[in-house]
Amino acid sequence: MTLDYANSYIYDLSEPGRIGVSLPPTDVPESDLPQGYLRTTLPLPEVAEVELVRHYVRLSQKNYSVDSGFYPLGSCTMKYNPKVNDQAAHLIGFARIHPLQPEETVQGAMALMYGLQQALAEISGFDAISLQPSAGAHGEFSGVLIMRKYQLDRGETQRNKIIVPDSAHGTNPASTAMSGLKAVTVPSDDRGNVDLEALRAALDDTVVGMMLTNPNTVGLFDEHVTEICDLVHSVGGLMYGDGANLNAVMGIAKMADLGFDVMHFNLHKTFSTPHGGGGPGSGPVGVTKALEPFLPGPIVGREETEEVEYHWVWPAKSIGRVKSFFGNFGVLVRAYTYISMLGAEGLLRTAENAVLNANYIQARLKNVYPVPFGDRFCMHEFVASGLLPGTKDLHTLDIAKRLIDYGFHPPTIYFPGIVHESIMIEPTETESKATLDAFSEAMIKIAQEAKENPELLHSAPHKAPVGRLDEVLAARRLELTSLPK
Amino acid sequence: MANYKFDAKAKYLDTHEWVRIEDGVAVMGVSDVAQDQLSDVVYVDLPAEGDSFKQKDTIAVVESVKSAEDVFAPISGKVIAANEALEGSPELVNQDPYGAGWFLKMEPADLSELDNLMDAEAYEKFVAEEV
Repeated sequence: MTLDYANSYIYDLSEPGRIGVSLPPTDVPESDLPQGYLRTTLPLPEVAEVELVRHYVRLSQKNYSVDSGFYPLGSCTMKYNPKVNDQAAHLIGFARIHPLQPEETVQGAMALMYGLQQALAEISGFDAISLQPSAGAHGEFSGVLIMRKYQLDRGETQRNKIIVPDSAHGTNPASTAMSGLKAVTVPSDDRGNVDLEALRAALDDTVVGMMLTNPNTVGLFDEHVTEICDLVHSVGGLMYGDGANLNAVMGIAKMADLGFDVMHFNLHKTFSTPHGGGGPGSGPVGVTKALEPFLPGPIVGREETEEVEYHWVWPAKSIGRVKSFFGNFGVLVRAYTYISMLGAEGLLRTAENAVLNANYIQARLKNVYPVPFGDRFCMHEFVASGLLPGTKDLHTLDIAKRLIDYGFHPPTIYFPGIVHESIMIEPTETESKATLDAFSEAMIKIAQEAKENPELLHSAPHKAPVGRLDEVLAARRLELTSLPK
Repeated sequence: MANYKFDAKAKYLDTHEWVRIEDGVAVMGVSDVAQDQLSDVVYVDLPAEGDSFKQKDTIAVVESVKSAEDVFAPISGKVIAANEALEGSPELVNQDPYGAGWFLKMEPADLSELDNLMDAEAYEKFVAEEV
């Protein structure tokens, strides 16, 4: 057998009797599990620690991450995660506590959570924050449940609709549907804003509220955002702010000041905690005073006069618990660290640089690639199209695959759907001018190749560990290959 | 613009669904334009037989390697058959959108609704302008 750690499945490395861990002596009396709870058929791989480590380290070396290169995945804010975040999360007082410990023994952790609630309230302008939701869409779901309960609480039982623009993330209508409400789509206008006429037509007393991502998913700040908020409020609806793109405006505009009633934050996007496969997310939700009683609990309250300063508090009309214990605590530590390290001034500069970097690439590419809203300044990201003039049978997918050969992670493609053959670029704030130039030049070169030698694109990537994968076959014929022998 | 095919016997929604009346039964699917925009279809979620829909209700979901899209009912009616072949061979939607790639057969509730739809000529013009 060959010891090909990266191309083997963990079951291929398994040998009966090998053990990878030694358990410490037990400090409680041993007792056997009842027979009914024991499984004899559970197939687990048996490998030594070193084999386990090599298997996963080699796999990780094949992975592309923001630690290994530029990662301009639009709409995702795949920003660099400063390592100090992890240092803080590994501090023993944070890493080795248990959620069932009594309040008085975890005051430090609760102080951090309280501090994060305060910081997010300051950044957004909202009055109260719950750190419970464990991801962006989970925050959305919590936010929609809050809006729904608020409307029911004031007797508006006929309200059953949420308005969602066509540029929204798919999670918006999904959160709406999960909350038992109906999503109503409104189109965008020629400048990429919400079409106000269509919005007016959709508004009546059956509207629970509207979900708006601002800046939106084509990277544009809606020029009528305050008017939109006023319109929705005028029929008794609430405004939900999807915080996916907060990175563009933090320190510059507060969502509550613009007229929003509730929003979620993506700590894994805006506040540099691990994202996607990198770790659990966190999607705290913030609300105005009127909605505070409905927040998911528990949240952290503070009473300086008492012996124990920080307490778990249940909002009076809470939608309930949306997550076991207290949210993804380790993620909260990382976000709090990031916010503390940057401070108000640093967060503002972060947003400014994120917007500047995106505009720099947009300016370099807009005469080469069609950029549907290229006459406007973009925010933290922009959307171009892979429909290159003078090419035939060329798709954005081919451009994305070719970028791999130049050493870049391809941007988001085919989202948002309102732009044909879209390619969505978000460089984030940390990238140097040299990186932005290298990426722009690769994109320009690929546009030339598309005209001169399109086959180079159709068959890309050429320099990756594997060539063009058959995504269609992979989606049509699922095969689970990692099975015990 | 690509060279799209149109079925002269079908009528069309502006969201790219077609419907054709065959011996009193309404057969529906998505157009050649739709399958081209979707790219390779990998899954089609069809309703159960006996379910009823109103015109423009979401009646099915079609998923490709690019996206998942709602499919709307071109006319009101009751589903009497779903194309089971699409389960194992969703590529039929790409290969033959007006034939073997059909989605559903329906018992039409009100044939006058066909008057709200575009004929092939109007749809072709619509596609030329909009897509």
